[in-house]
Amino acid sequence: MTTVLLAIGILLILALIFGAILGYANIRFHVEGDPIVEQIDAILPQTQCGQCGHPGCRPYAEAIANGEEINRCPPGGQATVQALADLLDVEALPLDSNSAAEPIPKVAIIREDECIGCTKCIQACPVDAILGAAKQMHTVIADECTGCDLCVEPCPVDCIDMVEISVTSKTWGWELPSGVAANASNIIATDRSTLMEMN
Amino acid sequence: MTDYLLILVSTILVNNFVLVQFLGLCPFMGVSNKLETSIGMAMATTFVLTLSSLCSYLTFEFILKPFELEYLKTISFILVIAVVVQFTEMMVRKTSPLLYRVLGVFLPLITTNCAVLGVALQNISKQNGFVESILYGFGAAVGFSFVLILFSAMRERINVADVPIVFQGSAIGMITAGLMALAFMGFTSLVQI
Repeated sequence: MTTVLLAIGILLILALIFGAILGYANIRFHVEGDPIVEQIDAILPQTQCGQCGHPGCRPYAEAIANGEEINRCPPGGQATVQALADLLDVEALPLDSNSAAEPIPKVAIIREDECIGCTKCIQACPVDAILGAAKQMHTVIADECTGCDLCVEPCPVDCIDMVEISVTSKTWGWELPSGVAANASNIIATDRSTLMEMN
Repeated sequence: MTDYLLILVSTILVNNFVLVQFLGLCPFMGVSNKLETSIGMAMATTFVLTLSSLCSYLTFEFILKPFELEYLKTISFILVIAVVVQFTEMMVRKTSPLLYRVLGVFLPLITTNCAVLGVALQNISKQNGFVESILYGFGAAVGFSFVLILFSAMRERINVADVPIVFQGSAIGMITAGLMALAFMGFTSLVQI
């Protein structure tokens, strides 16, 4: 019996010593990461369009972590606002009034007959979805294009169209609920009260 | 002095942990897709192997043997290795966030790398002393890194080669590893350790 107790005791002491070492190392090597910014960035649609007023989705995520409003992302739509509201436990505001209603996903297409190879659209694209070089043909890589339409304005011959993504049998899916059902707190019972009810 | 050199030659070439003893195959296959990842993984594993080989020896010599608890060596060594890996993960996260994100989950998976536990247990079975244990761990790590970097360089070139569809990916990787193991058989009996 004493050998069993001795074995257990020695293992316990070892575990305690190593736990202390790890605890010390945790403090000594502490990294000032900000996991909330990464979680917010994961919800944003990554179109990098700048319509929120920030130069990309990551800066907007950092601004939200510092208290910015969550309703400034039109490509994300109301669903993104709701997801952010659930993550941060704030009120789900309606989308900003000066931005469009639910956006239709689009991609850019260059009319190659008119393209003069000036590279101005390539410099404007935030996700590097345009293939081309100076005086060579420019083409939009449809898989990479997020439909932010930042390339339309710089084009001097106005040869870029925004085309709706046509739904094929591979891309079709059920629509997310809208209206009352879009507010998740109305569907599933929860004991987390919103800010409005707490007042 | 020649003893130490023989230990190094033995662990790096003759009894290479990956290609001859077939330990540590998981990170070998999993991390070797890109050269930069492999170099980072090799450095992390070297650090972990040497440090855990040393700590395991100290734990066995000064805690388990005085109390006649040698039968607890497996669980104690796993405990030591897990602590060393956790410590290494914290250090990597602090010094190089890029390497931390690139290695991802493979860094804590060094804990389950059977080569690390294998080195610790083989040190006991060979009754190595203090310096020999450190050298054994260091040699094992150098052998692992050497083979890992070679393999990942080969894999990067195989990726753009014209491999039949059936063999693409892990299959041709395994075949290549097998051929490398065959090549390393040429070192058999070079050194008797």
